[in-house]
Amino acid sequence: MSSLGSAALALAFLTAIFAAAAALIGRGGDRRWVDVSRRAVYALCALLTLCVVLIEIAFATDDFSFAIVQQHSSIETPSFYKLAAMWSSQEGSLLLWAWVLSIAASAALYATRNKLRELVPYATAVMMGVAATFTGLMLFAGGVDPFATLSSPPPDGVGLNPLLQHPSMMIHPPMLYSGYVAFTIPFAFAIGALIARKLDAEWIRATRRFALIAWTFLGLGLLLGARWSYTELGWGGYWAWDPVENAALMPWLMGTAFLHSIMVQEKRGMLKVWNACLIVGTFSLALLGTFLVRSGVLQSIHAFGDSTVGPYILGLIAVVMIGSAALIVSRLDDLRSQKRIDSLASREAVFLVNNLLLVGMTAVVFWGTFFPLISELFTGERASLAAPWFDRYTTPLAIGLVLFTGIGPLLAWRRVSWAKAKRIFRGPAIFAAAVGVVLAVATNPLDTPWAFALFVFASFALAGLAQEFWQGAAARRSLSGGSMPAALIGVISRNRRRYGGYIVHVGVAVLLIGIAASSSFQTKRDVTLRPGESAVVDGRRIAYERPTVSVDDEAFAFGAVLNVERDGKQFAVLRPTRRYFRPTGVQARTIGSFFDGEATSEVGLKAGLGSDLWTAVQPGISGVQRRVRAADRGFRACVGGAPGVPPQCRAVSRLMRAAAADPRLRPIALAQIGALQAATAERLARSYLDDDAPATFRVIVDPLVTWMWIGGLIALAGALIAIWPARRARRAPVADSEAEARKEAKYREIRDAELDHAAGKLSDEDFALLDAELRREAVEILDSQNGHGNETREKVPQG
Amino acid sequence: MDPRRKRKIRLVVALGVAVLLSAALVYTSFSAATEAKAPSQILAAAPGATYEMSGRVVKGSVSREDGSLRFRVADRDGGGESLPVSYRGSVPDPFRGGREIILTGQVQRGVFVGEPDTLVTKCPSKFTTRDE
Repeated sequence: MSSLGSAALALAFLTAIFAAAAALIGRGGDRRWVDVSRRAVYALCALLTLCVVLIEIAFATDDFSFAIVQQHSSIETPSFYKLAAMWSSQEGSLLLWAWVLSIAASAALYATRNKLRELVPYATAVMMGVAATFTGLMLFAGGVDPFATLSSPPPDGVGLNPLLQHPSMMIHPPMLYSGYVAFTIPFAFAIGALIARKLDAEWIRATRRFALIAWTFLGLGLLLGARWSYTELGWGGYWAWDPVENAALMPWLMGTAFLHSIMVQEKRGMLKVWNACLIVGTFSLALLGTFLVRSGVLQSIHAFGDSTVGPYILGLIAVVMIGSAALIVSRLDDLRSQKRIDSLASREAVFLVNNLLLVGMTAVVFWGTFFPLISELFTGERASLAAPWFDRYTTPLAIGLVLFTGIGPLLAWRRVSWAKAKRIFRGPAIFAAAVGVVLAVATNPLDTPWAFALFVFASFALAGLAQEFWQGAAARRSLSGGSMPAALIGVISRNRRRYGGYIVHVGVAVLLIGIAASSSFQTKRDVTLRPGESAVVDGRRIAYERPTVSVDDEAFAFGAVLNVERDGKQFAVLRPTRRYFRPTGVQARTIGSFFDGEATSEVGLKAGLGSDLWTAVQPGISGVQRRVRAADRGFRACVGGAPGVPPQCRAVSRLMRAAAADPRLRPIALAQIGALQAATAERLARSYLDDDAPATFRVIVDPLVTWMWIGGLIALAGALIAIWPARRARRAPVADSEAEARKEAKYREIRDAELDHAAGKLSDEDFALLDAELRREAVEILDSQNGHGNETREKVPQG
Repeated sequence: MDPRRKRKIRLVVALGVAVLLSAALVYTSFSAATEAKAPSQILAAAPGATYEMSGRVVKGSVSREDGSLRFRVADRDGGGESLPVSYRGSVPDPFRGGREIILTGQVQRGVFVGEPDTLVTKCPSKFTTRDE
């Protein structure tokens, strides 16, 4: 089976190279070669799918002749984690990268099979170049071949690290990878557009959805990672500015900037150089994220070791950056905008500001992440920056961003008159001011100025967005009647991209409120209690009722039952525990080894819309450990058959003597002793209940932190709405769709302007001007499509 | 004003702000950073300064004494003398003997005293060759 896999992988490498070459041969317009290259991409996808399926079969059937299975799974590993264990390995994650890329590339080429003829061949070549690099790495870099075999497979595997055995930890890596990988598509098409000098918005329209998908996956990956950290790591936080977290955050931030500024290019034909730079930057940062976790160049929580693939990925980043920069410079003349920003009070101007904030934030995170290398370069000493430094810069930038999250959607494209702006902003500003006054009375804003500012700006943004939804629904109702909720659904489903985006804004504002509240108003206490004692944390009386011990196949769990009262009333019963995993894969040699394994926290959490009560326990098992050491000494004495052996271990020493005489009895004797040790360990673990030992609890009261997760889910829902194809697009004929797409885009602009006008965002004069201009442009497109003097000229739609 | 000139002024102002901000960024990062050192370097360095120590916990050296965690840390490659450490605060799940940690603190009377809640233990997670 592994030889089939190796063959498929080698074939995949050759297919990727062939696809790139065929695309380049067909670049002059030879459709046959382009078709061949597209089909080769599909074939690549099939081959890599086969590779993934083979690996998964090996995991599912515990085929320990595969090195990857032996090192990352074991017979006891739960089935769900067996299937997910592939990407906890270096080679498996590279395979996942290449596989996801082949899927995304196939989808992108299928979607553009009748479009963008000049630039698709180059885009294909770029995507396949990246695919060939990653498949080639697995084949040639050494030590990362997923199909490497063991000549004498052991009976059981090492097992998957228990810390990673958490559902979100299993979904998190493929989400991040899908995010990183999907940014390859817009990057490749941008490069194609630059080479072919087709620098209008066509490539953006074709790949916008991929950028959005990449952004969504990356965001979801970040959210899941944060959730895992909060519930599994036992420190109670969700973000630590660790290099690996930053590595995923940077492309997400820059991708956010890209998603905004491409709208300016689509609508206004501006910011072309900027967009090209943004997508090159985003893709480079995505590669950098892939590189960072494999290079060991930075100290991180994640002990990602030095590996052989690091330098190659670094080389790929260098090629991408230098090549793209040279290409952009050589195309500067073609990239000049036809238009300028008319007014600072326009949506495009706000987008520009938001872009600067996002790129600034990326720069801050980049500088902080790589500071150890920078300082080593300049001072010769490695020095690193801690969370407060990151907070100092990202907090004001985030506050600026949330403000513009509210302002942007309220403004129309091109220009907004002063009188109009006053009317648009009045409602949200009054609401924000009211919130500010209430907060100033309830809390002391001088203590937490940043949080105060963020709450006020976020209320402004939320009120503005609510007004948008309201006016959009009202406008829709005035056009087509019906009830208000029906009109709201109607206006959202007919303008998915716009309103999906607004929903993302709502989610981000809510998420930032959660972050600001939980980081500024958190109460954190470490208390040591004996059973029966209690402590008061932030108005909640926490009583340590009794210790608990449970034993299952995987671990010993020492826990506590905490009874929480609030205002004298029963509030919650929490059961934080700490699980000590048994050693896997190897036979236990001492009872002590049952307590030396990986330990994980099961958090006792009472989540609430107002605040979370978070508890973790550090059980006082030193008494247990003392008895364990004594028992181990006893066992050694028994096994050694020392004089004066206590009567209860005569059986053991007799067994050992028999085993020494007859080697065939040895495995039986070892199994017996192992079982005896396990039973003793279990009995000793249960003795914890009688110890009356003090346990240390970390108690955190985290206000509004739930809203962070809710905000994340709202943003996810918004992104899905924006990604979902409109019904019209799904029905639309694909033939000759380049001109068709341009026409559609212009119609959409006309409808947008009408909606803006109906919603009261554009004044009558502004709308009249804009509408006339857009219609003239639409007519030009129709003319060029049909040829001049065509009698069957299409009518520009009304309403 | 001539729009071209206006644009130019705007550009200069924007660039100036960007340069100022990045200068602040660079300046504060050098003053806010904590030097990273290995245990053997800290043993050799003058006491009193705050360092970010990264090293490997010596197996079997971990003990708890009235709420504080005591252990010894050696250089990551295992060479050199080990440094005694005392620490209070939250202990990440993966912490145990043989693991790599990062801890900020300073040497007081021969013991490296960690600042509360700065202990970072590396996840022995992915893409690594296993310990031993």
